Amino acid sequence: MTFFLVSSVIKILVVFTALMVIIALLTLAERRICAWMQDRLGPNRVGPQGLLQPAADGLKNLVKEETLPAQADKVLFMLAPAISFIPALLTFAVIPFASPLPTPWGDVDMVVANLPVGFLYILAFGSLGVYGIVLAGWSSNNKYALLGGMRASAQMISYEIALGMSTVAVLLLAGNVTLTDVIAKQSGSLFTWNVFPLSLGFFIFLVASFAETNRLPFDLPEAESELIAGYHAEYSAMKFSMFYIAEYSNMVTASALMTSLFFGGWDVPLTSWDSTPPWTLLKTAVTFGSFALKTGFFLFFFIWVRWTLPRFRYDQLMALGWKVMLPLALTYLTVIASAIWFLHDRLGWTYDARFALTLFGLNVLLAVSLLFWLDRGHIVAGSVAEEGGRA
Amino acid sequence: MAGTLIVFWAFAGLAVVSALCCITRRSPVASALWLVVTLFSLAALFVLLDAQFLAVLQVLVYAGAIMVLFLFVIMLLNLGRAGPTDLRGPAGLGVGVLLSGLLLVQLLALRQAGLSPSVAVAPGAVARIAAEQGMVPAIARPLFGAYLVPFEITSVLLLAAIVGAVVLAKRRL
Repeated sequence: MTFFLVSSVIKILVVFTALMVIIALLTLAERRICAWMQDRLGPNRVGPQGLLQPAADGLKNLVKEETLPAQADKVLFMLAPAISFIPALLTFAVIPFASPLPTPWGDVDMVVANLPVGFLYILAFGSLGVYGIVLAGWSSNNKYALLGGMRASAQMISYEIALGMSTVAVLLLAGNVTLTDVIAKQSGSLFTWNVFPLSLGFFIFLVASFAETNRLPFDLPEAESELIAGYHAEYSAMKFSMFYIAEYSNMVTASALMTSLFFGGWDVPLTSWDSTPPWTLLKTAVTFGSFALKTGFFLFFFIWVRWTLPRFRYDQLMALGWKVMLPLALTYLTVIASAIWFLHDRLGWTYDARFALTLFGLNVLLAVSLLFWLDRGHIVAGSVAEEGGRA
Repeated sequence: MAGTLIVFWAFAGLAVVSALCCITRRSPVASALWLVVTLFSLAALFVLLDAQFLAVLQVLVYAGAIMVLFLFVIMLLNLGRAGPTDLRGPAGLGVGVLLSGLLLVQLLALRQAGLSPSVAVAPGAVARIAAEQGMVPAIARPLFGAYLVPFEITSVLLLAAIVGAVVLAKRRL
């Protein structure tokens, strides 16, 4: 009991500190990568390669003046940054980031809290994050902020359904809702990583998580060209900064979740050495490296997409959410559930590479037909018609 | 055990206080937020009863989705600022006191009678079932097995409510 308490406290402190450092570095990474894509240098003055820029920004935010709009709802205005910040940090608690660490007092799971309802906990707390944004928008007593808050609530609810539906497929394959089980199920071979048997599900999850984290191309709640800065237009100094910390921390959680649900979590591909006991310090280090690499790639992907794609229009966002993503997720779930039932219950296959690759083939078929349906006489069909016309 | 009791009383107290705040605040937004706090403390009480799955669903569905929708509607209709109370005049107040008194009497009677054996669960039984079958199957099996018909009828009820709402809201379809 004492050991559990001590190890939990240490894990909480380490994970919290590491998250905050990663978030600070992410703000720098975003600006440097953006600059690189636009053929600029980006912030490189403070410290080597601008590494101390986040510290300088943090200091600036701490000493800047805190403004409070005269007609704002004071309590909620102060609370809103904290409400968006706390769930964003809490969600990371159930994500396993390495294989268990052996200590003289017993193995320590490398996850802050291995909850029996692990994955659902993330969905639950992820859905609470929207309160911070909505309340910030409402309490500022500013119509642009209010519009941003309303957009945020509508957008989050719309895409949450697609997000949840796409992950049901993962839970069907894993047969459990704890993330440790989901990862263990994927560690068989490279092809049992859920991205193969459930590639279309991963695509839905990816798009929905961009909307859930309010990142471009779905950053309608803050769309600066139409709403100034949307929900945080009235915020300054550290309170403004807290919204940013929440956004980046949501990004880290979403990336870690993609890694855990679809890319084998901390599993090292092509070997089963890392996922079988006895646990050693080396295994923990290597698996953590594997987890960090995959998560880091998705973080880069978030930044990459942000500086590549233009923003959607609000009606396009809603149409995509309700008319494409939701029916797609529902259809996909039905097809995958039937396929799993057929392979597992009728043919009696156990879950291995063959099972996964069969499902992968099904996904490719579905993806091709989806592409043609989405295209409907635009790019592919259009060019085919044009060539036919010329011949 | 003492720790569990402390947590129980903390969240039970929070649930009662926030429920009171929910019905006494003038501003609809404040009411909605206090309701979120109530739902959240109820979820904490579910965890104490070894029903983590229910607790998570409570937060996910009620606090995370339904209440966000409430807030959205409050903002969309611009009802956010405090309005007059709904208890108009001594007659309204009298009816309110009468009804809440009646509810209190019913609750006390229930407490006197105790749980009927058909719904009572032995201490620790929930944790044992969850350990045997897993957290989710412990709920899913009865829901989609023994109670399938009531469950499906409830969904028809919800569908009827949705159709009713659409008909009421859109006069011309």
